[in-house]
Amino acid sequence: MALMVVKFDLKKRVKLAQFLWLMYWFSVMAGVLVFSMGLFFKIELRKRSEMMDNNESHFVPNLLIAVGLLACGINAMGGKICYDSLDPIKFSRWKPMLKPFLVSCVAFNCLLVLTALLCFLMRIPLQFTLAEGLKNALKFYKDTDTPGRCYMKRTLDQMQMEFRCCGNNNFRDWFEIQWVSNRYLDFSAKEVKDRIGSNVDGKYLMDAVPFSCCNPSSPRPCIQYQVTNNTAHYSYDHHTEDLNIWKRGCRDALISYYGGMMNTIGALVLLVASLEVIVMIGLQYVNTSQSNLADPESESEGWILEKTVKETFTDIMDKMKAMSKGNAVEEGGVDGVATVS
Amino acid sequence: MVLMKMKFPFEKRMKLAQGLWLLSWIATLAGAFTFTLGCFLKTELRRRAEVMDNTEIHAVPNTLMIVGLASLGINYFAGRMCQDALDAGRFPRWKTFLQPYWGVSLLFTLLMLTTVIMSYAMKGNLEWSLKIGLKNGIRFYKDTDTPGRCFQKQTIDRLQMEFQCCGNTDFKDWFEVQWISNRYLDFSSKEVKDRVKSNVDGRYLFDGVPFSCCNPSSPRPCIQDRLTNNSAHYNYEHQTEELNIYIRGCREALVNYYMGLMNTIGAAVLSIFLVQSSVLVSLRYLQTAMEAVAGQENTEIETEGYLLEKGVKETIMEYVTPVLVFLQLNQVGSEDAEAGETPAK
Repeated sequence: MALMVVKFDLKKRVKLAQFLWLMYWFSVMAGVLVFSMGLFFKIELRKRSEMMDNNESHFVPNLLIAVGLLACGINAMGGKICYDSLDPIKFSRWKPMLKPFLVSCVAFNCLLVLTALLCFLMRIPLQFTLAEGLKNALKFYKDTDTPGRCYMKRTLDQMQMEFRCCGNNNFRDWFEIQWVSNRYLDFSAKEVKDRIGSNVDGKYLMDAVPFSCCNPSSPRPCIQYQVTNNTAHYSYDHHTEDLNIWKRGCRDALISYYGGMMNTIGALVLLVASLEVIVMIGLQYVNTSQSNLADPESESEGWILEKTVKETFTDIMDKMKAMSKGNAVEEGGVDGVATVS
Repeated sequence: MVLMKMKFPFEKRMKLAQGLWLLSWIATLAGAFTFTLGCFLKTELRRRAEVMDNTEIHAVPNTLMIVGLASLGINYFAGRMCQDALDAGRFPRWKTFLQPYWGVSLLFTLLMLTTVIMSYAMKGNLEWSLKIGLKNGIRFYKDTDTPGRCFQKQTIDRLQMEFQCCGNTDFKDWFEVQWISNRYLDFSSKEVKDRVKSNVDGRYLFDGVPFSCCNPSSPRPCIQDRLTNNSAHYNYEHQTEELNIYIRGCREALVNYYMGLMNTIGAAVLSIFLVQSSVLVSLRYLQTAMEAVAGQENTEIETEGYLLEKGVKETIMEYVTPVLVFLQLNQVGSEDAEAGETPAK
């Protein structure tokens, strides 16, 4: 008893083949879309690779690119099959290949769902990479004369301005590191000597943030030095001052940016997977209806599975058992022959 | 004396009609593209409308949009006419339509060319508008509590960060304006009282700039106050320090940006103008060639096509003379009326 039998006369078969050909072209474009999204994601990761300590895993965007290319290939071939299915001679050339092709389509759909799942899950390793990378970036902010790190200041400043964030967890991270290079500190001044003497490592620490933390929406000119000292500025209370500098940490800002991007890409990949399932079912109908033809103009039946789901599953299990038993019997025979001799 | 005669056998006429049909579709797309270019330019100008004093420069994108829409119509009708040109019986019904059509299409094609010239000619206008707009923006920077001006600070800050510029002509414009609001000045402190007394208007002026002038590419943390005082900062000399704050003025930055945009758009519109002109020239040849066929029994004869029936000068005189006659008639009429009045007296 076949699964979901549908009767097909000639007109219906022709319509199915044409519709399916069109759907395959949409799927090719969907494959191109997945490819371009993978490429875009890869470029975005590379842009901020300095913040991720050059350590980020490019597995997900590479997988998206590969899956996109594969989708284009599979769907183009499927479209060609549909185009040829109306001509019995051409179709008979494709016939032996159809069953393995459909099995590979099933495998490809599983791969698509897996990719979507990975997109949603990538947030977690990204969080750890960013925490480590930003911590180092803040440490190297002042090293504008060290080769390999001289652009860290510019990158960090531009990032803080673009993502409207300050520091790693929040702006207080800047209080714990020395972000002014020793080249610009007057070591003969009393203030500098006091600050350096006040901590174990001899670092020049102060309660100040770089200019890139300033919020343009603030009604007053930016207060970046002596941020926690209320008496240093007229009419200023740092507990209630909201708009002066950015409150959010850059790790949160980057995670929400990349997280949003990955959620969108994951959702789109799921949509593409559902489209692939539909065209695969359509191709199975074309295959079965064309295979059961008495003559080219007669009516035929098409179905998704020849037997029910349960029977098909037991069939596959039996086949696999038979294959493994066949191997065992062969080995047993060889051993038997060896012992005899 | 006909202008630029060409012989058109039947096959050549058919080829001309088909080629023109394809060209008119390309020109229709080009017209739609012109419209989108106009919309894009208008949007870009609107984004910075707060630092512009007047909207005269908007004439350029407005004209582009009108020309784009008009060329959509012109090319659509050109396409319809060539479709009918393939059948000699259907072409004559366009006869009365063609006279006003030529007038309208020539007008809008010339307007396309004028737009390109306008975009170069209005550079001075744009610069003047930006000069006044930026001057006001910098003056009202501190008025974050005045309704209608409370977002000037944010606008100027974001502008300076995005276009990498500082001040109007250069950063020294900030030294001449009080950009810190009185709400945040401690009038009991000696320093504030000295500064306020040191000038006629009682403004708090000092050699500092807002944080948005800071250049992220600078190797040292940004120096924004006491800029001209070398001894106030360690290892600092303001004459040689280049990367600390942005040197360029925002007026220059914005003019360069908009001129670059209009140059690109101008180049695109010029090429679209060439396409449009070739459509009109081909259509004229097709019209005159088909007119010679009309009324003939054998529609497959060879005919001549031309651009103008008489020479350029004669055609112009043909159109101008009725206007002159109309004006002269008016004059003669008024003279007669005066002459008629004086004898009566």
